[in-house]
Amino acid sequence: MGELGAAWALDWMKRAQVVLGEHRMELIDLDRAIGDGDHGENMDRGFKAVVAKLDEAPPDDVAGVLKVVAMTLMSKVGGAAGPLYGTAFMRAAKVADADLDADAVVALLAAALEGIVARGKATTGEKTMVDAWSPAIDAARVVAEAGGSATEAFRAAAQGAADGAEATIPLRASKGRASYLGERSIGHKDPGATSTAYLLAVAAEAAEATLSVEVTP
Amino acid sequence: MKKLINDPADVVAQSLKGFAAVHADLVTVHYDPDYVVRADAPVAGKVGLVSGGGSGHEPLHAGYVGLGMLDAAVPGAVFTSPTPDPILAATKAVDGGAGVLHIVKNYTGDVLNFETAAEMADMEGITVKSVVVDDDVAVEDSTWTAGRRGVAGTVLLEKIAGAAAERGDDLDGVLAIAQRVNASVRSMGVALTACTVPHAGKPSFDLGEDEIEIGIGIHGEPGRHRVPMATADEITDQLVDPILADLKPAAGDNVLLFVNGMGGTPESELYIVYAHARDRLEAAGLIVARSLVGNYITSLEMQGCSITVLKLDDELTALWDAPVHTPALRRGL
Repeated sequence: MGELGAAWALDWMKRAQVVLGEHRMELIDLDRAIGDGDHGENMDRGFKAVVAKLDEAPPDDVAGVLKVVAMTLMSKVGGAAGPLYGTAFMRAAKVADADLDADAVVALLAAALEGIVARGKATTGEKTMVDAWSPAIDAARVVAEAGGSATEAFRAAAQGAADGAEATIPLRASKGRASYLGERSIGHKDPGATSTAYLLAVAAEAAEATLSVEVTP
Repeated sequence: MKKLINDPADVVAQSLKGFAAVHADLVTVHYDPDYVVRADAPVAGKVGLVSGGGSGHEPLHAGYVGLGMLDAAVPGAVFTSPTPDPILAATKAVDGGAGVLHIVKNYTGDVLNFETAAEMADMEGITVKSVVVDDDVAVEDSTWTAGRRGVAGTVLLEKIAGAAAERGDDLDGVLAIAQRVNASVRSMGVALTACTVPHAGKPSFDLGEDEIEIGIGIHGEPGRHRVPMATADEITDQLVDPILADLKPAAGDNVLLFVNGMGGTPESELYIVYAHARDRLEAAGLIVARSLVGNYITSLEMQGCSITVLKLDDELTALWDAPVHTPALRRGL
């Protein structure tokens, strides 16, 4: 029996809106250094629209929430990030169980990454959001195989994504718009990997919050 | 910047409004999300053809919606791919039960957004296949790294695949025709001046008074190299040579020769280019069996042109000759 359901997914998105709003300027600055400077604005606009859409008619299962997220991000984010994150959430929606345990968390994150890779044709080490998703899944898998909970899996994924985003700094971009800069992309943190780290950090926070509500008598 | 616009942010919607009113007998324009469908869409039992991309290349794509060509066109902002949701909406609007073919120019944003829309359509039970057009021979030294770009060959492909769908070919059949066109067509362009994107307000690149850019894509983005201004015949040679080197047609092959204006070059100059290009093809032993000259896929007000050569067989020729009735192309009726 899994521990994370629709309430968690809805809370995750509310927290995503807040954290991406708080870090809007940071993402803009990161993207201005090696891209076209619109990532922070686009993500802020996209997740505001996501929460507005979910508030209108909250779906009653995880898959339903993730599908609304996917459709909204695709139409509101634009650029490359819209289709990439949109596809990630769409693929995650396809595999999402009604209630997530640790194995389901791994499956969900892995499906999201597969979607990003299918769409963006990037692999690890190319200074893209893949460099945050990939270590996140590895870390979550370790927890799941050790019999940990869904919340612990998300906590590990969040740490993996944060470490992965930091590790993009010395990389030279070979995919995405930053690749046109060649050597000049070295020394900058990838904005897509950074926004991924924020998204997974609040997924873990939402899981912890859900859990603390559930254990309260 | 001098342009006949009211608000740079509203160029696409205001232009669509006029387009819709003029061509109401042929097309229906939907707003928010923006897409254009043929007036009788969906045509039951016929494969639906959907194309789209950034605006600024008019008459591509909306001008080619109608009998014998596209079922829908999805215009993005100027030089910016549309997002997946209007592509999905257009795909649903033209699905007559026989599936939908997406015709995508090979630019990263277009491919990403059309692929995503195709996956969404699949989730909703519509079969979508895609052809990615990449006819531009200039790209080896291009600053765009995603492979050859899709340029003027797209117009020929939309016409011929549209005719295949109209005669009743199934989705795999239309896809096969489209792939055959893409494999048989090559293009190369030149810019004499830059163009100005309305919301940018200044020219996309700087070109000296006596310089031209050889090997441009349809946004004026750089291609092979920058050379001094020359005569029409000399410039034409610089476009024809790489096409022949890449396409490698055999003596005696039938070809279609297409000279396309980038928006700011008079037709009289396009015909000068055509005349020399035709001489060159005939000197190489080719038979110029069909021709097209005019502004069919433009780059706003840029001066310049592209040359496209399509190898023809009997079937492709018959499909090219088939009736077409769209706002920008009408023949055989």
